[in-house]
Amino acid sequence: MSTGTDPRPSAAAGSPARGGVHHSTRASIAPRHLRRDRWWLPPAATAAGLLAFVVYSTWRAFADERYYAAPYVSPFYSPCLAERCVPMKDGADWEVFGSWWALSPALLILIFPLGFRLTCYYYRKAYYRGFWASPPACAVAEPHAKYTGESRFPLVLQNIHRYFFYFAVIVAGILTYDAVLAFRDERGAWGHMGLGTLVMLANIALIWAYTLSCHSCRHIVGGRLRTFSKHPVRYRMWGLVSRLNARHMLLAWASLISVALADLYVYLVAGGVFDDPRFF
Amino acid sequence: MTRVDRQSWDVVVVGAGGAGLRAAIEAREQGLRCAVICKSLFGKAHTVMAEGGIAACMGNVNANDNWQVHFRDTLRGGKFLNDWRMAELLAREAPDRVWELETWGAVFDRTPDGRISQRNFGGHEYPRLAHVGDRTGLELIRTLQQKVVALQQEDFRRHGDHEARLKVFQECTVTRVLRERDVLSGTSRVSGVFGYERESGRFLVLEAPAVVLATGGIGKSFKVTSNSWEYTGDGHALALLAGARLVNMEFVQFHPTGMVWPPSVKGILVTESVRGDGGVLRNSDGKRFMFDYIPDVFKEKYAETEDEGDRWYTDPDHNRRPPELLPRDEVARAINSEVKAGRGSPHGGVFLDVSTRMPAEAIRRKLPSMHHQFKELADVDITAEAMEVGPTCHYVMGGVEVDPDTAAAVGVPGLFAAGEVAGGLHGSNRLGGNSLSDLLVFGRRAGLYAARYAAGVDAAGRPAVSDAEVASAEAEALRPFGAEEATGAAENPYALHQELQQSMNDLVGIIRKAPEMEEALRRLSGLRARARRAGVEGHRQFNPGWHLALDLRNMLLVSECVARAALERTESRGGHTRDDHPGMDRRWRQARLVCRLADDSTEPAAEDPALGRIRLERQEPPAIRPDLLELFEKDELKKYLTDEELTR
Amino acid sequence: MSYQARFKVWRGDAGGGGLTDYEVAVNEGEVVLDIIHRLQATAAPDLAVRWNCKAGKCGSCSAEINGRPRLMCMTRMSVFDPEETVTVTPMRAFPVVRDLVTDVSYNYAKARDVASFAPPADLKPGEYRMRQQDVDRLQEFRKCIECFLCQNTCHVVRDHEENKPAFAGPRFLMRVAELDMHPLDAAAEAGVDRKAAAQEDHGLGYCNITKCCTEVCPEHIKITDNALIPLKERVVDRSYDPLVWLGNKIRRRGAEHGT
Repeated sequence: MSTGTDPRPSAAAGSPARGGVHHSTRASIAPRHLRRDRWWLPPAATAAGLLAFVVYSTWRAFADERYYAAPYVSPFYSPCLAERCVPMKDGADWEVFGSWWALSPALLILIFPLGFRLTCYYYRKAYYRGFWASPPACAVAEPHAKYTGESRFPLVLQNIHRYFFYFAVIVAGILTYDAVLAFRDERGAWGHMGLGTLVMLANIALIWAYTLSCHSCRHIVGGRLRTFSKHPVRYRMWGLVSRLNARHMLLAWASLISVALADLYVYLVAGGVFDDPRFF
Repeated sequence: MTRVDRQSWDVVVVGAGGAGLRAAIEAREQGLRCAVICKSLFGKAHTVMAEGGIAACMGNVNANDNWQVHFRDTLRGGKFLNDWRMAELLAREAPDRVWELETWGAVFDRTPDGRISQRNFGGHEYPRLAHVGDRTGLELIRTLQQKVVALQQEDFRRHGDHEARLKVFQECTVTRVLRERDVLSGTSRVSGVFGYERESGRFLVLEAPAVVLATGGIGKSFKVTSNSWEYTGDGHALALLAGARLVNMEFVQFHPTGMVWPPSVKGILVTESVRGDGGVLRNSDGKRFMFDYIPDVFKEKYAETEDEGDRWYTDPDHNRRPPELLPRDEVARAINSEVKAGRGSPHGGVFLDVSTRMPAEAIRRKLPSMHHQFKELADVDITAEAMEVGPTCHYVMGGVEVDPDTAAAVGVPGLFAAGEVAGGLHGSNRLGGNSLSDLLVFGRRAGLYAARYAAGVDAAGRPAVSDAEVASAEAEALRPFGAEEATGAAENPYALHQELQQSMNDLVGIIRKAPEMEEALRRLSGLRARARRAGVEGHRQFNPGWHLALDLRNMLLVSECVARAALERTESRGGHTRDDHPGMDRRWRQARLVCRLADDSTEPAAEDPALGRIRLERQEPPAIRPDLLELFEKDELKKYLTDEELTR
Repeated sequence: MSYQARFKVWRGDAGGGGLTDYEVAVNEGEVVLDIIHRLQATAAPDLAVRWNCKAGKCGSCSAEINGRPRLMCMTRMSVFDPEETVTVTPMRAFPVVRDLVTDVSYNYAKARDVASFAPPADLKPGEYRMRQQDVDRLQEFRKCIECFLCQNTCHVVRDHEENKPAFAGPRFLMRVAELDMHPLDAAAEAGVDRKAAAQEDHGLGYCNITKCCTEVCPEHIKITDNALIPLKERVVDRSYDPLVWLGNKIRRRGAEHGT
């Protein structure tokens, strides 16, 4: 009987020919949506922003030049793991891959930050909406006939996000080391600070903030616990990460831009476009 | 005649708020098959509006609390007109009912040592209200809803059908409690209910030997009210029409703090917790006027200076509480007087201020839904500015006369009532927080005794539902569709409803006078005649005009009870304030006013519009048990009890 | 401050229907539900609409206003330009019953599929001890008023009717998260694995965390960040963590050898 809380049988038996908002049981409204605001703007802006970064980073990753301007190293090329890397005084240029590696050394390392960001809960939302229109915006019907979300291969692999998080922590550690080295001058003497040092510092701060604000991090430090009261330290850490996590989207964009700007800075200085302004 | 769907159940519960669901859970746990009927969707009942908490003397915050203190507070709040046995049961059983909710998944706010936190509230001597922020009612209803689902899951495992033994008929309205008459003895007993599905307009009959009324209150008869559309006095009217009686109907609680602006939200509740947590009332001169309104009976209990009142929040053992926390009737009257004296706020209320008394962060944490409500509905940030508030019709103390232990309606075998629809417990004025404990304590009792009653009726002895009675109920329900053909001009039910609300608000509202109430009775009689011509367009499928036309019968019946009883009681007490009889009269404590239907016929045509349908009787309440009287000081009792009673 | 507003309201039933134009008075401080009520009292007495508390506490008056899922009682008319036509339709993810009323029984069926709170066997009523910091998370979820706007806006079922059997929707995945975070829930002892159920019975994998549920929540519950993602992470703990997987494998081996 329809008055109970059981669903009526007719609801399930409706014609599946046209699914979604045009399903035969639903209110017959022809347009896919009735939104009047500029709902397309956020996904379009997101797509444009991500696309710009992809183009820039692809070019820079394959460029294989102008990534070191002592004492600064581009974050795209650190750690630099091939024999062909430019020598960096005390830097993270370890010759793990011999001379047989003929491609850009950036490709060896970028897979980790790329994987971290690709599986990040914020970026997933951004590109599902921006590129895949699934959905393009809330209450705007998506164009796909079928949808299984992240329940099957390949998207079920999004669940490996936390392993990328572990790698991201290592990479952030190395970039921190790079930022420390930016306090030496080009000859390796401590006590230097240039505009580049500030660029490196700002970048690493944002990288850390983004990395630590990650949902997986929030889960690992405390979210997985059932009783916070028995783990006061982890509860405090969870509280801190939660506060960062609330700004995860902001940090995702800020760190994306800062990493590109840091690379661009090194590129320009290494190419001699201008000299790194020195403070002392 | 259309075919009417008939089903057979053991217990039918009308209403799926706190009391109804608690009764249904109990009946089902007693092993009976139970159906619940509610006007809204399952889980939307008016109980969600309860904000402050559940009064229960668990003593988690102040260990001095016990049931005797709770009992005492309840009687004081009700000005000794309460049914003492119900008040005793409430005070004794409330803690168990709250703890039981935890085992069903309720998550209350906690004390530092992990127990259920309790907060202060008007009229309660100790912090007593178990709460969840300011959304306790939602937690209560959700917990009961989820317990119902848990039982249904159990039934599914056992019988393969979720609804085998406990079913919720949502969006259905009951228009009649059906009875089987014994021609020989002239008595009658409950045989089921007749109602319609709001969605399809189809009629249905649920046959059952026991029916529990848990329909809530009557607020929709008043214009400014905190109550939702459901509160049309259905259970009150169903009980009257089934031969039961209503007591204490003159006592209607006006909550002191409802929103007054903007007009469309006028009446929406501002929880008492605002004051319990430190909010103060000020008039347009900025004065905390409540210090001028402490009545003599409460003089020793309340602070005389602002300093003392403020100290109480942190040191309640050595200071008296601020008068903002007087029982609701006192505060409501005080606000009314200030506004009448020209010291009101711009929109006709007074100022309720927490912004200068608590840090913004604490306000957002302790009063999240108030913050949200004012922000979204009135564009007022309560962390930065004062709220404007005024009295709003909130609760009816009166209701079905029931046996205090079993919740059985007096005079109608098989009929039970619990929650707001039952009368007696709260006397002339209900304390905040006692309504939720009422729902749980007496909801459970109603379910328990209804189940026992139903179990005592063997299959052969089940009362039968006669076709004639169903046909008559059906004709009554369909009348609005034929209204035009029968009498020419049909009346618009919405217009009638508005006139009724305006009349009750103006003439039988917070301050009452004899001539005004006589006028109200005249208007009610006119409305009653016109309501018989209330007509609707369209068809029966989800037709709100039709639904309202049917609800009008109930509101008119109940309004008449309120007006007649209020006119009769020539004193002021609790939720009944007479301008022409301003004092409380000890002799009136010995009289309970009881309403019954004038013509005990279910035939709708038998009404005589001119006479009115309600007859009033006076009844002497049972004497309070001596050991309970001893909980009070002699001096205090003198204020309420007559000298003969005291010497008895 | 009053003005005449133009409204388009969807009228009809499962058999069909369309947007009907109305001109109706609007006064200061009113919300969309007030206008719908004025239409009922004047131009359209049989206009079907579900509502209850009119204070944003019961979650009955869910609808779509200018294409956005909202509570009618919490949408102030002042957010619209007086010249603007306001369009009100029923929720579009559920079968329509009549006018603005939809059949929301899908949600009640899903609620029944979630295993209930399992009380710990060793604690009697009154003995429950929980710290406030341990229940804060749950209390956020328990603010839910079950307006079903999140269920309505979630594209998994809104745009794919065929996913309804497999997917419980944000509200009930949040319910699973709530119970899984409850400090005293004894489901595991009762043989219920809530994480497995989330994945296998309630379709957590269908969620692609695009956050529309959070966007429309009138209670401002952070459904995605605080319930769905943590639940996904809990499932990862169980299903996708190679160490856990290996450990389970070995333990199961051991158990098989033992019997």
